[in-house]
Amino acid sequence: MENPVVYFKGLFSKKLKSNALTVAGAGNTMTHRQQISPFAVIVRKEIGDHVRSWRFIVLLVLIVLTFLGSMYVSLTNLTNPAASPAVPDNGLLYLKILTTTDGSLPSFHIFMSFLGAILGIGLGFDAVNSEQQNGTLIRLLAQPIYRDNFLLAKFISPLIVISALFLSLGLLMIGGGMVITGVSIEMVEVLRILTFIILTVLYVGFWLSLSILLSVKFKQATTSALTAIGIWLFFTIFYKIVVNMVVKAFLPDPAFLSQTDILDYNNLILGFLRFSPGQLYTDATTVLLMPAIRSLGPLTMEQMAGAIPAPLSFRESVLIVWPQMTGLIAATVMCFAISYYWFMRREVRS
Amino acid sequence: MKNPVIELIGLTKLYGSLKAVDNLNLEITKGEIYGLLGPNGAGKTTTILMMLGLTEPTAGTVSVCGYNATSNPVAVKQKVGYMPDNMGFYDGMNALDNLIYMGRLNGIPESMVKERAVELMELVGLSKAMDKKAGTYSRGMKQRLGLAEVLIKQPDVIILDEPTLGIDPAGVKEFLTLIKELSKQQNITVLLSSHHLNQVQQVCDRVGIFVEGRLLASDHIDKLSTHLFSREAHVVIITLAHPLHNIEEYNQQLLKVEGVNAIEVHGNTIEISCTRNATPEFVRFFVEKDQDIMGVQRKEYGLEEIYQRYFENTLTENQTNGKSGSIFQRSFFKKIKK
Repeated sequence: MENPVVYFKGLFSKKLKSNALTVAGAGNTMTHRQQISPFAVIVRKEIGDHVRSWRFIVLLVLIVLTFLGSMYVSLTNLTNPAASPAVPDNGLLYLKILTTTDGSLPSFHIFMSFLGAILGIGLGFDAVNSEQQNGTLIRLLAQPIYRDNFLLAKFISPLIVISALFLSLGLLMIGGGMVITGVSIEMVEVLRILTFIILTVLYVGFWLSLSILLSVKFKQATTSALTAIGIWLFFTIFYKIVVNMVVKAFLPDPAFLSQTDILDYNNLILGFLRFSPGQLYTDATTVLLMPAIRSLGPLTMEQMAGAIPAPLSFRESVLIVWPQMTGLIAATVMCFAISYYWFMRREVRS
Repeated sequence: MKNPVIELIGLTKLYGSLKAVDNLNLEITKGEIYGLLGPNGAGKTTTILMMLGLTEPTAGTVSVCGYNATSNPVAVKQKVGYMPDNMGFYDGMNALDNLIYMGRLNGIPESMVKERAVELMELVGLSKAMDKKAGTYSRGMKQRLGLAEVLIKQPDVIILDEPTLGIDPAGVKEFLTLIKELSKQQNITVLLSSHHLNQVQQVCDRVGIFVEGRLLASDHIDKLSTHLFSREAHVVIITLAHPLHNIEEYNQQLLKVEGVNAIEVHGNTIEISCTRNATPEFVRFFVEKDQDIMGVQRKEYGLEEIYQRYFENTLTENQTNGKSGSIFQRSFFKKIKK
């Protein structure tokens, strides 16, 4: 930069101005076609950042290892009748691959109930506060973009990444299963596995939006990460204990209760347990992947009396897990709405 | 004062009970370089954030390029390039990618964005370090990258918050020259905030002195100094080859010159305060007395002194009548407007 003025005269004033003129002059149609919306630009950049980050690679390795481990266990135990649940169906092999286990490793969907949380927290805990700490947030917001675009991009781009991840894992499982067993897949299985993947993405999405909420709230990335992990630990470990303690303290002894009362209380306890998103997820995936399961709560003998021991249709399984899905979506949207509320009118300073 | 680019009317910002910005009125016209001066915590950054719609004012309106910055911030941000005081870049990306990203966000078509980014990197003198990661950049380089980023959207207004912070003096000069040239050639309005007075003095057309949320003065630097130092507006320092012997006699004769207020003699330098510019008369006087004049110097009042004055004034005022400075402010504004 020997003499800035020389640079200017040559470059800035002529070239850039003429460029600007051609852009303006060549008609807005051209620019419109070429332009990408700012939202798409941010999403693109965010996805690139995620895919290249070490954090994501570590999480990816973790999930792929879990996946391979549980696939290995289930494939070696497929022929073992003791390991596979006593289901009255002989088809639906691919669902069995996902759920069968000999007890040495939990099956994949159980694994996902806590790995999914880690994945969501890991991708979102520093979404907003790290940008604020680095001073990039204020620069970004000084550009002509809407604030909600930024927040939405922070949510959507990890979601796209994990959708791709789980979709490829699911397809890998189907393909690998075909090669190994030689059994062709049925439409119901495809539907159930797809719904399972959507549910998993939704579950990760919940933790993601919770961690984004915390990253909006806390200025330090470590604080928000620790808080998110704290919430996750509370729900996976302590929540059950707390519910059990409360139940023991407040509910009467089941020995002195009638059948219907016990049923009511059981439903009540289950209802409380379902405040935990992990519980919602395991409930929903278990029903989806094991068509023989027909209810999530206890059933009376009368209810079971007329039942034919056959797998439920896809539609019926979805109907059973509909409340769970709605609950997960509602929790996700709620977290996102709160972070939106906090972020939109906040003063951004570097 | 027609058609102001930036117009602040009655702008007020409260943080709890603390008044960060207090009833601020300011107009900045097109093509002007305006310096917002004040000590740390005076409310400069808050004012700038309100101009960009990044913070909502408690009362009053901000309009930039004809748009209301509070209700229509995106339109304002399309016209305004803002460089925050401590900005950061995405350290994992190289500098050019950082710039291209910002270009894309501003809706520059994909076919042109790279070309323009490279041009701007050359313009700010970073063409050699273009492919380096932004994290490895030094403070001065980051500042230039920040300027490139401000320019990529081809703004009508540039707002620079403490642009000279942390760069060495040579870099500051280069940077400010660049900004000045830019403003003159492209007719870009520049608003820069600083607490480095002498640096701002070099480039600004007008300055505003901003203390504790209030704009105490807003005018051209020379007008400010003549206004403030009207009693001793012209101070001439004359250096002689030999010390004077009969000081009293000289004093008597010099005081007869019209408008001379005071004379101070320190060895062979003589400092004369006068209400008008009587430098030639003084020189003639000493020549006639057969004194060898080594140097004649007119003392200019820089921002430093102006700033000091205002600061002292507010301090003493605060001590005498609490924090209500409105009387002082009002009387001052009247004087300025004349």
